[in-house]
Amino acid sequence: MTEINLEKSTIRELNEALQAGSSGDKFSVNNTVGKHALSVGLTTKVDVEINGHVGYYCAGMNQQANIIINGNAGPGLAENMMSGQVRVTGNASQYAAATAHGGLLVIEGDSSSRCGISMKGVNIVVGGNIGHMSAFMAQSGCLVVCGDAGDALGDSIYEAKIYVRGKVKSLGTDCIEKEMRDEHKKELQQLLSQSKMSHGVEEFRRYGSARKLYNFDIDQVDDY
Amino acid sequence: MSKDNPTLIESATFPRHVIAEIQRAAKTGIYDIRGFGAKRDIPTFDDLVFLGASTSRYPLEGYREKCTTEVILGNITIAGMSFGSLSAQAKESLGRGATIAGTSTTTGDGGMTPEERGHSKTLVYQYLPSRYGMNPDDLRKADAIEIVLGQGAKPGGGGMLLGQKISPRVAQMRNLPEGIDQRSACRHPDWTGPDDLEIKIQELREITNWEKPIYVKVGATRVFYDVTLAVKAGADVVVVDGMQGGTAATQDVFIEHVGIPTLPAVRMAVEALQEMDMHRKVQLIVSGGIRSGADVAKALALGADAVSIGTAALIALGDQSPEFDDEYKEIGSAAGFWDDYQAGNDPAGITTQDPELAKRLDPILGGRRLANYINVLTLELQTLARACGKSHVHNLEPEDMVALTMEAAAMAGVPLAGTNWIPGKGGI
Repeated sequence: MTEINLEKSTIRELNEALQAGSSGDKFSVNNTVGKHALSVGLTTKVDVEINGHVGYYCAGMNQQANIIINGNAGPGLAENMMSGQVRVTGNASQYAAATAHGGLLVIEGDSSSRCGISMKGVNIVVGGNIGHMSAFMAQSGCLVVCGDAGDALGDSIYEAKIYVRGKVKSLGTDCIEKEMRDEHKKELQQLLSQSKMSHGVEEFRRYGSARKLYNFDIDQVDDY
Repeated sequence: MSKDNPTLIESATFPRHVIAEIQRAAKTGIYDIRGFGAKRDIPTFDDLVFLGASTSRYPLEGYREKCTTEVILGNITIAGMSFGSLSAQAKESLGRGATIAGTSTTTGDGGMTPEERGHSKTLVYQYLPSRYGMNPDDLRKADAIEIVLGQGAKPGGGGMLLGQKISPRVAQMRNLPEGIDQRSACRHPDWTGPDDLEIKIQELREITNWEKPIYVKVGATRVFYDVTLAVKAGADVVVVDGMQGGTAATQDVFIEHVGIPTLPAVRMAVEALQEMDMHRKVQLIVSGGIRSGADVAKALALGADAVSIGTAALIALGDQSPEFDDEYKEIGSAAGFWDDYQAGNDPAGITTQDPELAKRLDPILGGRRLANYINVLTLELQTLARACGKSHVHNLEPEDMVALTMEAAAMAGVPLAGTNWIPGKGGI
């Protein structure tokens, strides 16, 4: 285990060390004090444990690495993640996993607004609640919410799937409740197990696109 | 007044094209979507002229006395245009042409194609709000990164790629269903202002080992403030795109009614850089309606470091060619008028995803044409610089020009010809 103390090392030194890590290498990062752009652009299967709160864009564009944040995360957590796994034990701010293409993001606490905005294949599991406009223009992947969802969930959603256990304050334009079929239960069960969440799949409801905004239709003009 | 019947007077308020648009809107219920760029008459670089050397200054000899054009980025770069709006062959042609001419080309919404990377010696990777095809591997393969905040044709608006151009390959790259109307976001999904932009630039630099120059591109509106904020956020290069800048598709009302012309935008950007003592330290690229070496020379004389071309590059490849006039007519247009880039049925095979049409553009020939065109612009630029007695094109300065109209004098900040009057700045 290599320890990197951000009281002594710079952000550049941290990222350089993590980006140069080989598969299986283990790192612990301490004294983060909300710094930005920590553990970004990793490309190998390294294990990184970050102890403390982090600022913007932690784990940005992650590929393959397994990153655990023991604390809260600032805006843009795991933005554009491609693969690997990121886990936050606390809460996450706005735009978690924005535009992320793959991998798994687990937020044990709450996630603020626009969680999963324009998500493109990532799977996101939130232990608590999510804020408004989450999964806005979500293209693919799954957003699992074990608590409640805020206003305008899944507005202008494409082919992403949303599973919510609690209440949904309101659905966004073109987002509707959909039937929970066996394949969805199986998919959800897998994500819950992977995320170490113990809820039963029967407690969730599924939401997705009504596909009415896919091509311009004058009769849908009120939705634009 | 009609040529054939002098008693017929056309309304200045409701000329025929306005009437046609009202009728079209009433029939279809949707605003007009089109490509190309602004068509209205606005002050341009044509409203400026150079004061060639005479008694008070002496010129340099053409072809004999050196007039250097060398700049780090190239004087004339190729603007970002997406694979999706353009065919793979067109993107390859742009890469080939730019490489022969020794300049850079730029990706666009939808990501980087192997054809484009393979044929572009210097490739700038656009980082756009939609993040379609955004991939950190491609980011690292690029030679520079351009964060797009806006575009001259539609400042404040996002991209648009209608269903007919969402082919299987485009859909796969953008992670969208085939055939849907794709509307790109108008703002970035993971920040909300210039302070956040500074952190975003830090993240991009950390991911790319602090090796890639970072450009920030803005559509010309509040240019002074936007350039100031981009520089303060850490941009190495600022790209300012005037309202004549082209687009693959957007609402006509956006193209014609949002943003300011390139002419004042250059001056405002230079003033912002000068006020921060960053002129010539942060590079300024200007785009939007650049067509000739004269346009390039005037942009540089106002203080730009380089220009970028988009629409003109497509015309150099063969867009609007009279060769296809019959086919343009079949689709209700004519060579020189065609602007339905969104339709995907481009007879020249450039703004299309139809494999049969796309085959019409030979990327090797297209690349050669583009390189020839860029070389002509460069020769014209040198001609004008020498005439003003300059041994480097960057030695051109506002003092070398006067304006032919009061509007252009005010916008460009150069005197009206025959006076030393700059509107808003005194003089007689």
